Amino acid sequence: MQAAEEIVAVDAGLFLVGNGAGFSGDRVDAPVPVVRTLRARGLPAALFFEVLGERTVALAQLERQRDPERGYEPMLERLLEPVLADCIEGGIRIIGNFGGANPEGAARCIARLANRQGLAGTRIAFVEGDDVRHLMAADDLEVYEADAGIDVADGALVAANAYLDATPLVEALRMGADVVVTGRTGDPSLVVAPVVHHFGWDQDDWTRLAAATTAGHLLECGAQLAGGVFFDPGYKDVPDPANIGFPIAEIGADGSLLVTKADDTGGAVDLRSVKEQLLYEVHDPAAYVTPDLVLDMTGIELDQEGPDRVRVRGMRGAPRPARLKVTASFEGGFLGEGEVSVAGPNALARARAAVDVLRRRIAMRGLQVRLRIDLIGVDSVHDSDDGALARAFAGNEPHDIRIRLAAAGADADTVDQAAREVLALLCCGPAGTGGARWRTTRRIVTRSYLVDRAAIEAKVHCAAARELAN
Amino acid sequence: MSEERITIPLHEVAHGRAGDKGNRLNISLIPYRAEAWPLLAEQVTAERVHDLFRHRGATGVVRHDLPLLHAFNFVIDDVLEGGVNTALNLDGHGKTQSFRLLALTVRMPRRYVHPNSPYAKTEPEGATA
Repeated sequence: MQAAEEIVAVDAGLFLVGNGAGFSGDRVDAPVPVVRTLRARGLPAALFFEVLGERTVALAQLERQRDPERGYEPMLERLLEPVLADCIEGGIRIIGNFGGANPEGAARCIARLANRQGLAGTRIAFVEGDDVRHLMAADDLEVYEADAGIDVADGALVAANAYLDATPLVEALRMGADVVVTGRTGDPSLVVAPVVHHFGWDQDDWTRLAAATTAGHLLECGAQLAGGVFFDPGYKDVPDPANIGFPIAEIGADGSLLVTKADDTGGAVDLRSVKEQLLYEVHDPAAYVTPDLVLDMTGIELDQEGPDRVRVRGMRGAPRPARLKVTASFEGGFLGEGEVSVAGPNALARARAAVDVLRRRIAMRGLQVRLRIDLIGVDSVHDSDDGALARAFAGNEPHDIRIRLAAAGADADTVDQAAREVLALLCCGPAGTGGARWRTTRRIVTRSYLVDRAAIEAKVHCAAARELAN
Repeated sequence: MSEERITIPLHEVAHGRAGDKGNRLNISLIPYRAEAWPLLAEQVTAERVHDLFRHRGATGVVRHDLPLLHAFNFVIDDVLEGGVNTALNLDGHGKTQSFRLLALTVRMPRRYVHPNSPYAKTEPEGATA
């Protein structure tokens, strides 16, 4: 009896936020069990999608140049189609940065989807103002410290987007939006916004905002909180990793936080997975900078309260930074890649002979490229560009090796010719060489800057689906 | 009398995850058993981690300690050969690098080893006491 009363008392002030995607390219069927769980709990809730990596906006900008209607998350319809009606019916607001380089285009796409599903009254908001290409001409921009060593040479500017804070998203929710589309926004802000809107917290209530920010940080990579990028057979096993449940945060009016995952799914939310994700992409844990506040994780303690339920306590917030991070993308020349395989007796010697041939061919032809050749199966991803680890390799003779050449340069044809040298090995290479692939792609280089908050102005537009779709 | 220790890869006593921002990599390191944290603090120094990544041009390593979580966060500068957009490496994000750290050897009492590890119960061939 007493236990039941306690649960009621705790639940009365809870707000749930579920995650539907942790990156562009994530599992498109993941949102369904999350929405099912949110509805089954019967508590006020929101669903958010984080699909914008550092380069994604730049790639979207290039796509928009080719087709002015596009330039937003390509999987948008696939992600929303199975859950939109359920969310509208259950009063679950949807927030997503699937706007990419075209938030209005994404909003129109959602409006068309809503109309098709008989939900023409759905209110859809989109946020503009993260595109700050006009600010990039200033020559006194401060480069973000971790990027000081990145050379953007003289590549043309493709995109420049500020990480907006939660404010415009909160404004959109206050305008009654059922779905909020943004472009570049601080990832945790996608969670901070619905929480602040629901509880009516002040946006300088640093202690409670720290809970919402921690929730956003833990959830923004989707499955990574619940067993994704985690399972290590025998050491860290999780049930049914082909069906990992995406995460859900339970946030209290008092700033309490518990993280869990969708019901009836695989994966695990435990102390190990939460610790790994808490520190993911963090530098100084005492000062994790987000657009809404600076988060101090050093006081955080975790408790496993039940299966797949972890309580998170002790996060602290300090006032938001005066400047916002802006990630700019520049044309970065071309990358050519070629791969070919050898296997069986004497594979390592044949692979090394192929590497020598490739290096000599590039030099003989005077192809001006930055070159790297890996022996996949010997040492590749841990190696350096000069192949120091693969050269020093003294392990057992590998049975199967893939030779991979990567060449970068400003001229597409030169780079492509370098990559095609791998293809030529099919007739000119060592004995038993096969399975060649090659391709040349355009490169984007990103570099981040810090820009005064006052120079960045976000605008929110909100309309019903029936109006937006036209 | 001090407890006997065995020389093992970090992977047998700890786990971790790598993440990137620009040309900077971070790797968390978390022991399976909290009691192992002080020994890891002694042995997995920023200098040793820097040595693991010198071949990649790493210019510095800072270790942030999180005693309440029994975790460490290593921040490794200039190790991604320009970062995901510039690197020629297949793994430009450096996400596989957590397992380079987990290959580093440490000396630990056997009771801190993951119970499923081949080092947990008997001395496997080739291990040094």
